Amino acid sequence: MLIGVLLLGGLFVLPLWNITLEAPQYPEPIGMNIHINKIADMNPNDVQNINIMNHYVGMKDIPETLPEFEIFPTVVIVMMALGLVVAFFLGHKWYLVWFILMCLLGAAGMYDFYLWEYDYGHTLKETAAIKFENSDGSPMAYQPPLFGTKTILNFVAHSYPRGGAYMLFAGMLLSVLAFFKGKKEVTS
Amino acid sequence: MKNFLKSTFIVVLLSTFIIGCGPKKKNDSGALGKGAAEKVYVKPGDHDEFYAFISGGFSGNLTVYGLPSGRMFKEIPVFSQFATNGYGYSEETKPMLNTSHGFIPWGDSHHPDISQTEGEIDGRFIFINENNTPRIAKIDLKTFETTEIIEVPNSAGNHSSSFVTENTEYVVAGTRFSVPVPQRDMPIKDFKGNFKGALSFISVAPETGRMDIKFQILMPGFNYDLSHPGRGKSHGWFFFSTYNTEEASTLLEVNASQNDKDFIAAINWKKVEEYVNNGGGTKMPANYAHNVYNEETHTATSTMKKEVLVVNPSEIPGAIFLMPTPKSPHGCDVDPSGEYIVGSGKLSANLTIHSFSKMIKAIEDKKFVGDAYGIPILDYDAINAGSVKQAGLGPLHTEFDGKGNAYTSFFISSEVVKWKLGTWEVLDRKPTYYSVGHLTIPGGNSRKPQGKYMFAMNKITKDRYLPTGPELEHSAQLYDISGDKMELILDFPTHGEPHYAAAMRADLIKERSQKIYSLEENKHPYAAKKDSETKVVRKGNEVHIYMTTIRSHFSPDNIEGVQVGDKVYFHITNLEQDFDVPHGFAMIGQNTSELLVMPGQTKTSIWLPKQVGVWPFYCTDFCSALHQEMQGYIRVSPAGSSVPIKWSLGEDIE
Repeated sequence: MLIGVLLLGGLFVLPLWNITLEAPQYPEPIGMNIHINKIADMNPNDVQNINIMNHYVGMKDIPETLPEFEIFPTVVIVMMALGLVVAFFLGHKWYLVWFILMCLLGAAGMYDFYLWEYDYGHTLKETAAIKFENSDGSPMAYQPPLFGTKTILNFVAHSYPRGGAYMLFAGMLLSVLAFFKGKKEVTS
Repeated sequence: MKNFLKSTFIVVLLSTFIIGCGPKKKNDSGALGKGAAEKVYVKPGDHDEFYAFISGGFSGNLTVYGLPSGRMFKEIPVFSQFATNGYGYSEETKPMLNTSHGFIPWGDSHHPDISQTEGEIDGRFIFINENNTPRIAKIDLKTFETTEIIEVPNSAGNHSSSFVTENTEYVVAGTRFSVPVPQRDMPIKDFKGNFKGALSFISVAPETGRMDIKFQILMPGFNYDLSHPGRGKSHGWFFFSTYNTEEASTLLEVNASQNDKDFIAAINWKKVEEYVNNGGGTKMPANYAHNVYNEETHTATSTMKKEVLVVNPSEIPGAIFLMPTPKSPHGCDVDPSGEYIVGSGKLSANLTIHSFSKMIKAIEDKKFVGDAYGIPILDYDAINAGSVKQAGLGPLHTEFDGKGNAYTSFFISSEVVKWKLGTWEVLDRKPTYYSVGHLTIPGGNSRKPQGKYMFAMNKITKDRYLPTGPELEHSAQLYDISGDKMELILDFPTHGEPHYAAAMRADLIKERSQKIYSLEENKHPYAAKKDSETKVVRKGNEVHIYMTTIRSHFSPDNIEGVQVGDKVYFHITNLEQDFDVPHGFAMIGQNTSELLVMPGQTKTSIWLPKQVGVWPFYCTDFCSALHQEMQGYIRVSPAGSSVPIKWSLGEDIE
């Protein structure tokens, strides 16, 4: 359980998620690493270059600050503190409680991420130089996939979890294992 | 009739015979050998194995090619103005072409040589000489840009240059035309005994590569044609071929060809270096330009230097010797071991090879046959290692494959001859098309040549390619030299008049090649590093426009308040930080070239508006999907007008 909790600390170092864009003009793809407290370049200057590409279709710049960048780290710290309390002072049943809480918060986080992506891909400037339409005549949106790969015009966008997320999943998995191990010990 | 038939029959028979015995043009690579096409084919998207840096001769530039494909990648402007990107036109690069004679827009580039560490090429810098107004340039192979040019005083026809020593301690420049030193008004006929031939040793700072003339040796007034450094055992020596040891000043084609032997001068530069380090030599007044490009300010500065340290050979006995070499030697090439010095007597059919160890022994034993102006002349028989007999006509240059073989170009018989070091036997010969000058093997001037390919750079093209009127580019031929016999595998045109080339494996250079200039590190005094820093400032009749470019607009793009008679400076900063996104700049009626501004760079050009009106400018490099929209206007009012300076982007000027 303790290791599981400590693995959450990885979120402060490693990116949670990554969106990589491939295009004919980018033999070396460009991308952004999404951390709990910032959106960073995958390679130097990538965020600036994504903004330059996207401004033609009226997309906003990728934000340097978001309320989430304050909220997420706080939530992680609180959960880590809770986890430590659980690990040292409480029984194995609380492990499961902590895990479920983590799942709920994780789902909320993903939903929040989806909302941001939706807004990023749909809220376009009226003055956009290039306006594409879908076959039904509705304005084209440029929302990157939440998870997976999607073709958007000349770009192929890949959206997948990164090191931070894997450590988070591993930590959560360990808490569940710790629960079952504790349960087994009690019953035997 | 019968006779006619008979003679026709004989003619037919004879021609069949002649055709059958004539030179076979087909590539004889054997059933299992790879075809020439396959050997030079680099498939789309793949990279070549070697870089070749081919001098542009009278273009004044250096061109970058890939081998084995023969594709040209870049023309690097060095000694000539280059309207393509604004080199020598922009305010930042004009100082690069400053000399003691003022601004010179053109040069004649000759012999590129890549920097070395412990006798192996390291791919950091490439040096190249300018023949007409003696200069040495340094090109940084991180950016493939000319970053330094130093003028060479007391010199004329800077030809036996710019070869580097084993650890790039020095890049060496020797004068082809001897001149009065210092220059003075005197009768030309008094040349003999009065003119001097300056050999300049330019030190190269180990970290920065910064050049400085450490000393000049004032040799007798011969013509110093080519040179090469000693290496390995002969490291510390430098060898210069000479002609016109007759010291003629007129009709040299006859008068400089009278002596049976001229010399290869052997200079123990370590000894001279020690002498000057201990305070030897004389500081003499001089005037020469030293131009340095700063990659942070993106600006060159030109400094006039006023002094040079000169050394007379008589001051340092035991440091300089003359090796008799038949018939006006041109090339003077040192093999990878440093033992053999190959002299190509260009009016001789033979090659003369001197032995370094025999030379040292002859010096110890004082085997001298006389002296020239006090410099000992060594006994030919005591130093000679051998000669390649009747190898061809008009030998010029020799390169080595690192496997004990040498390859010499023959101008008159238009061929490359492969021969063996030590036995001096001719192993193979292949024609060139036509009249080869230099030839290059990657890593040629080093201890470790990379002997897979050799290419010949020719002086005459004639029918090799589709005709283009009387003026043609020069031709080059690439040979596979990995087998016993040379095999011609590619023929490609080169730009300008390639004199020589330096080539090396691509990997070292490729890894270090820079993609952009960091905007953060841009310290140009007129840079606008973000949109909010753009402005237009009037200082008297000078108007400074701090302008930025980013896909797909200039900022500002509407400017008012400029007047007829103003001197308008466009300081353009490219805000892009993405690989291969330059923006160009051109202004209608501007009496200069365009600017091509790389990501993160700032460049400046001047416009002198002569007529009132509203005049457009635009981006010249197809930068993006909205490149055609990348334009702006400047309003020019009459001199003394009250229209104030104003600028804007994205809104009307109020």
